[in-house]
Amino acid sequence: MSNTAPTIELRGVCTRFGALEVHKGINFSLQPGEVTTLLGPSGAGKTIILKLIMGLMSPSNGRVFVMGRDITDLDEQALRAVRADIGMLFQGAALFDSLSVFDNVAYGLRERGERDEKKIAEIVHERLEMVGLPNLDWKLPSQLSGGQRKRVGLARALASSPKIMLYDEPTTGLDPTSTRKIDDLILKFARERGITSLVVTHDVFSARRVSDRWMLLSKGVIAADGPVSVVERESPLVSEFVSGTWKDDA
Amino acid sequence: MLAVRQLSASLGRYTLLLGDVVRDIARNGINVREVLRQIVWIGNNSLPIVLITAVFTGMVLALQTAYGLHRFGAKNYVGNLVGLALAKELGPVLTAVMVCGRVGAGIAAEIASMTVTEQVDAIRSLGGDPIRRLVTPRIVAGLISMPLLSGIAVITGVLGGLTVATLELGITSHQYYRSYLYAVQIYDVIEGLIKSFAFGLIVVSIACYKGLQCRGGTEGVGLTTTSAVVTGSLAVFIANFFLTKLIIMFKFS
Repeated sequence: MSNTAPTIELRGVCTRFGALEVHKGINFSLQPGEVTTLLGPSGAGKTIILKLIMGLMSPSNGRVFVMGRDITDLDEQALRAVRADIGMLFQGAALFDSLSVFDNVAYGLRERGERDEKKIAEIVHERLEMVGLPNLDWKLPSQLSGGQRKRVGLARALASSPKIMLYDEPTTGLDPTSTRKIDDLILKFARERGITSLVVTHDVFSARRVSDRWMLLSKGVIAADGPVSVVERESPLVSEFVSGTWKDDA
Repeated sequence: MLAVRQLSASLGRYTLLLGDVVRDIARNGINVREVLRQIVWIGNNSLPIVLITAVFTGMVLALQTAYGLHRFGAKNYVGNLVGLALAKELGPVLTAVMVCGRVGAGIAAEIASMTVTEQVDAIRSLGGDPIRRLVTPRIVAGLISMPLLSGIAVITGVLGGLTVATLELGITSHQYYRSYLYAVQIYDVIEGLIKSFAFGLIVVSIACYKGLQCRGGTEGVGLTTTSAVVTGSLAVFIANFFLTKLIIMFKFS
């Protein structure tokens, strides 16, 4: 692992919902440009980790650092500035139903104060081109396939040129061709633009294809962490998860 | 004990939401275009049911009061009673309940489905503010629409009463209007307007609050919608009592 300052760091993060303790002290840091996949069974709290990094939720204990800044106690106003550096692809893409593809991708730019419609159009078209959907401007999300929705979600997340990308189940429910396209895009953005990426997925094949590093979340802690080939070989928990022999009490 | 704790936590979160709306208006003003869009939406969705409710309420009121007053030889005062009941109570309350069932349910369902499909999180992650985008325009539209709808309901109800009075009860339209105008003062109209203004806030803000608090997928959306209508309607009836009490205190102080 390199010695550069981490882009994202979680220190002793605990998350509780009433009596339910989801995270019991999560510690990890992500280096710039690194693609890390967070694996774990359903309900382990993987998506919550993405939301903690995005500042959409606050931990019960512990600290969250983004680009060296402690965001744990920031108010909504300050968090908006932090979020400008982060893009997130939501599990179901979370496109706004009432807005066209163009307006969905332009949404973040307009919210962040961009008023030059010519510039907005330029950026939107560039991002849609980038994800391979150049001619869908005026379609509504309901007229798109699952794969297209994910790619529009990706274009929207990338519109403000983030330094960090968070992917929540980017390939779930997609056919192999669409999965491949999304994987290639994740890799392309990380390699060409140096975007630090954290991917949450159950799709082991996809996770192998895109990741430099795997982390396994189990029982509220990071139970395995390291380069893909190493953890896959050396961690019994990861082997069980990958081979489908994972036990719920593991 | 748990229920009391949950209720006070809910009330706290609801108050914070209202505070956020006030702060948003103070900081950013009002998005007039979006407010107008919402007013049109509220009007389109609720006007037909409000009209039907009001006209039949006015007709029933005329029938009931006429037979009651007939025993005292005071049938000519039907316009008086119909007018007062509609302007002060039934107009605002029934309009609020109908709007709650139609528009409140729609708002709660729309925001709830945005919440469970992570669209609300997406707004925040893209630098937006769900309060500004989803809540403020709807609440402002509710504040404007409810008094308008209530006013239309009162007029329609009075006309419904007039129809029954003239066709069924043998009261002339002149007698009906004279009795109406004699009884209904400007204070009664203002009382009705104050109430409908408050009900507009209550119905729409509860629907928005419930929508934003929605959890649990599509099942959660259904539960949230039901809860928004039940809570909103109950809140209207409860608020009506306290508002009436306050207005009476103010009027006689």
